[in-house]
Order: sequence, then structure tokens, then C-alpha cells
Amino acid sequence: MTNMIQTTGLVKRYGEVVALDHLDLEVPKGSVLGLLGPNGAGKTTAVRILTTLLVPDEGSAEVAGLDIRKEPDKVRERIGLSGQNAAVDEYLTGYENLDMVGRLYHAGKKKSQARARELLERFDLLEAGDRPAKTYSGGMRRRLDLAAALVAEPDVLFLDEPTTGLDPRSRSQMWETIQELVRGGSTVLLTTQYMEEAERLANDIVVIDRGRMIAHGTSDELKVEIGGERIELILANSADIPAGRSILAELSGGDVQVDEHTRNLTAGVTGGAEALRQVLQRLAEKDVAVADIGLRRPTLDDVFLTLTGHGAEEATETSEDDKEGSGSGRDEIREKEAVR
Amino acid sequence: MTRLALAFADGAVVAKRNLIKIRRVPELLIWTTMSPIMFVLLFGYVFGSSIDIAGTNYREFFIAGVFAQTVIFGASGTGVGMAEDMTKGIIDRFRSLPMARSAVLVGRTGSDILYNSISILVMSLTGLLVGWRIRTSALEAIGGFLLLLLFAYAISWVMAYVGLKVPSVEVVQNASFMFIFPMTFVANTFVDSSQLPGPLRTVAEWNPVSAVAQAAREAFGNTGDLPEPEVWSLDHPFLYSLMWIAIILAVFIPLSVRQYNKATTK
Ligand SMILES: Nc1ncnc2c1ncn2[C@@H]1O[C@H](COP(=O)(O)OP(=O)(O)OP(=O)(O)O)[C@@H](O)[C@H]1O
Ligand SMILES: [Mg+2]
Repeated sequence: MTNMIQTTGLVKRYGEVVALDHLDLEVPKGSVLGLLGPNGAGKTTAVRILTTLLVPDEGSAEVAGLDIRKEPDKVRERIGLSGQNAAVDEYLTGYENLDMVGRLYHAGKKKSQARARELLERFDLLEAGDRPAKTYSGGMRRRLDLAAALVAEPDVLFLDEPTTGLDPRSRSQMWETIQELVRGGSTVLLTTQYMEEAERLANDIVVIDRGRMIAHGTSDELKVEIGGERIELILANSADIPAGRSILAELSGGDVQVDEHTRNLTAGVTGGAEALRQVLQRLAEKDVAVADIGLRRPTLDDVFLTLTGHGAEEATETSEDDKEGSGSGRDEIREKEAVR
Repeated sequence: MTRLALAFADGAVVAKRNLIKIRRVPELLIWTTMSPIMFVLLFGYVFGSSIDIAGTNYREFFIAGVFAQTVIFGASGTGVGMAEDMTKGIIDRFRSLPMARSAVLVGRTGSDILYNSISILVMSLTGLLVGWRIRTSALEAIGGFLLLLLFAYAISWVMAYVGLKVPSVEVVQNASFMFIFPMTFVANTFVDSSQLPGPLRTVAEWNPVSAVAQAAREAFGNTGDLPEPEVWSLDHPFLYSLMWIAIILAVFIPLSVRQYNKATTK
């Protein structure tokens, strides 16, 4: 299968900051690549380079088989972009914005007007369509920007955090729209901070940090990479914690993480359901009362936190102490799971 | 489509967008028309009552100068508009579309012609009130108006370049004032340049603004009994103005387009 996006050794520096550090990407036709990474990792920089808004310092890239340096004009005919900040004209109405974009893709008057109406409808903006975009809410502006990216039904779509700021309904509508486009043969590169979004849409996930690729694979592959399944046990009584801990330790042969407060015990295991059955049996033998127990696989959140090793906010000034950050981040996740 | 046709077609789309903004914010237009009225009244009554240029009626003489000065101020709006555009997200949208690289500039300078046409119209009407008259044929007068607009269009490209070079609205405004005041005052706009002392006279006589004002004055028949200017530039003001317009456009169109591409890919 041909790659619709291919980059080799992309480098972009801003003074001392290396925003992209020899980034290689490959996105086959008709697939979705999820680009993940903490704030400042270089996601937007990569998108801007691939959409010809920015010229890389080193390396090369092809989009739809066209060199972004040599034929930027031709690349622009084939792509749609929805950047991190909505790129709409606030004095124009939603309709006028979309019509203008259609004209600039040289679609012709009739076609671009029809397309503008169609997209307003698809993005639930028909009612607001004749109001200046200035009066739109943040989410409406975002949707208008996404609509603008789709005006020309582009072969390659770049979406930089497309659903940030959208309400749950708009978000799932957006996901459906993207999936529909991909079924129609479009290729998508999207960045996101929502693991659920990456999981649902992306065939392939690339995690970058400080401009470098640090992991690559499907979400399942990435989860396997950071370790297998976990048993999560919530005890009814705090008094049973030592007993529960020793049972889990015995069967997992590894560390047991304990949260005294929530009486939540977690341990990585191999053997899946069989391991779970054994734990339950031992717990029954020792008369330990169980509030809840389950087998769970690592989430993409676990993957993200393990790989990037620091919380999102500290991304820019990370140093050695970021192991602590990752520790607390994972505890939070565990607590969340426990509450469920 | 050829590149030129594309630049015009895309430029027209951008110009339409700029004009829609005027419709949404009509205050913009009100202020554009207020200052020309003020200029005509100020010069008409303040200077008109105190300055006397032998052989002419000052109220007829100065109006071509006010026209020239005001359209240059109007053209500085192009710089402000560009600087403002550059800070907006919409520029990213434009840059990711397969439109002509020059379209944003062609559109901006193009839509600013309308601003200047309106201010010339308003000034003409106010001028008629303070005693200005066209003493030639309609055709000649139209030639005068077109020359003023064409000159303003050329200056628009200079201002667009400035607006791209210093993308902050306030800086553009101050910078263009620094350049417009000497340019429009060391000229025959409001005084008879042949009466200026030494080097100032030379500068004024070869200043393209003088030629534009002189050409307009002749086109409107406002030169009265003034003697024919001796210096070549003012003796052939139309030709000399057109030469300047051609040079400015030839230099600043490519320069601005290049600067636009540079400023947006950093
Ligand atoms: N114009 C610029 N000048 C200087 N530094 C810049 C510029 N643009 C980006 N950077 C730096 O490059 C790095 C990568 O930025 P980028 O916007 O690509 O991150 P990101 O992954 O999109 O982050 P986020 O999740 O916050 O959107 C950051 O350290 C940022 O500070
Ligand atoms: Mg970003």
C-alpha cells in the first residue's frame, strides 16, 4: 500500500529548542495516524510542516506523493487542515467562511455554495450559519474550522486536536465524520490528548516527546509493550489488606500496588482469567471479603504516562525528578479505576 | 488558469472578504470619511484665509494637495490591515489553501481602492462646498481622479510591505506617519514649491507627491495664472507620476509577496 504521508528525518529548531528531532512518519493510504505526546512535544510543529505552513530545517516529507518543499502548491490542493487554533474569519458568517474556502480551492460558485450549506448542516451550524463567526461559541468555531478543512473533500486530512473543546455529542459526531471519510479513502493524521479518541480512530499511534518518536504501534501493541494484564482487587475491610497483598504477591510474582485508603490492590499477572480464578479461590479460602475484583488491561493512559514519564504540564521543563510525576499520575489512574 | 488570472481570481475572493468586514463594522467607513472632510475644512478655512499664492485662488490650489495627502494616508490603512491579518488565525487557513501566493496582498490592496475612492468622493463634495471648482472637461477630471487612485494603489503596496515587516498595528501606524508627513509636506501640496529655499525646493520639486498633486491640479484646471513650472518633473507631472507608480509597483509587489511568504513560514 502506498504511503500518503511519509517523512524522513524532519528537524525543526527554534533557537535552543528542538521542536522536531529527526522525525520519521509513515501513514498508508486510507488509514489514521494518531500523533500523541505531552504539551510542547512537537505535534503542532509536525502538522504545520506537513501542511506547508512551516519549512523544516532538515529532512524531507511527502504528502500524497508530493514533496512538500518542491511542490507546496500541489500539496495544498490535496490536503485539508484544521489547526490547533480555529482559522476562521470572525467577521464573516459561517456560510461565508465556507464559501470563501470553497472558492479558494477553485470549486466554482455553485459547487462551493452547495458544499457550504451541506457542511453547515453536517456540523450542526445551519441555524448559526448566517451569523458572523465572532458570535460563535468556542465549540461552534471549532466545528466551523473542521468544516472548512473538509470543504474540498481532501485526500489527506490534518487535524490538530480536532475535538478539544467539543461537547460529548459533537465529539462523537466528529468521530463518525472522520470514520466516514476514512471509509471513503481519505488518509488522516490527527493529534489528540484524548486517549479514547486515539483508541477509537487511529490504526497506528506514534508517541513523540521532545520532538522524537518514542513509541510506535497499534494501541494494542503499545499496551503489550508496557506490560500485560492487571488484577485489580478492592477489599471490603481494611483489616484484610495484608492477606490480600500476600495472595496477589504469590500469584503475580511481582509488585503489588496498594492504596490503603481505597483498599485497592493492583498487580500485573499473566494467564488472564485463570489467574483471576485462582486469586478468587485463595481469597475464599482465607475468608477475605471482596468488594470488587476485575481483570483489566492497561489503558492507553497507562501507556502514555509510562512512556512519556511525566505529566502533561511539566513537559517542557522535565528533568530527573519526573519519575515522581509519573508515579503520582498512575496512582490517579488507579484511583479512578477503583471508583468504577 | 494562468498565474496572473489565478492571482486576480483569488485576490477578488479575499477582497470580497475585506469588503464584508466593512459591512459588518460600518464604523470603519465612517472614520475613513470623517478625516478627509476634516482636512478639507481645515485647509480651506485655516490656511485658505491666511496663505496667498500669487496668481491662484488658494481654495482651488490646495485641494489637489489634500487629495494627494489623504489618499496616501488612506493607503497606510493597507499596512494596518495586513499587520492585523497576520496576527489572525485566518492567515493559516489562507496559507494552507491552493490559492495564489499573492492573493492576500492583491485582495487587500484591491479592497483599499474602494476606501480611497470613497474618501475622494467625500473630499470632492466638501471641496465644492468651500469653493473648489473643476474648470476642465469631465474626461480630464476623471483622468485626475484615476491618477490619484493609481498612486494610492502603488503606495498601498509599500504600506503592505511595511505592515508585513512590522506585524504590529501600532508600530505600522506610527511608522507610516513618520514617512507620510515629510513626504506630503515637503511638496507642492499646500505651498508653491518654487518659493521653497535651496535643497528643500529640489526635494519638493522631484517628490512624486508634488507631481501627483500638480497633475491633479492641471486635470481639474486649478492652476490659475501660475507660471509654467521650470523643472521637468512638474512640467510633465502626469508622465513623471506614472513613472513613479510603475517603479513602486515593480519593486514593491515582488518584495511584499516575498515578505508575505517569509513572514508566514517562520
Ligand atoms: N514560533 C515558535 N518560536 C519558538 N518556539 C516555538 C515556536 N513554536 C513552537 N515552539 C516550541 O516548539 C516546541 C514544540 O511545540 P508544538 O507547538 O509543536 O508542541 P505540541 O506538541 O503541539 O504541544 P501542545 O500539546 O501544547 O499543543 C515547544 O517547545 C514550543 O515552545
Ligand atoms: Mg499543539
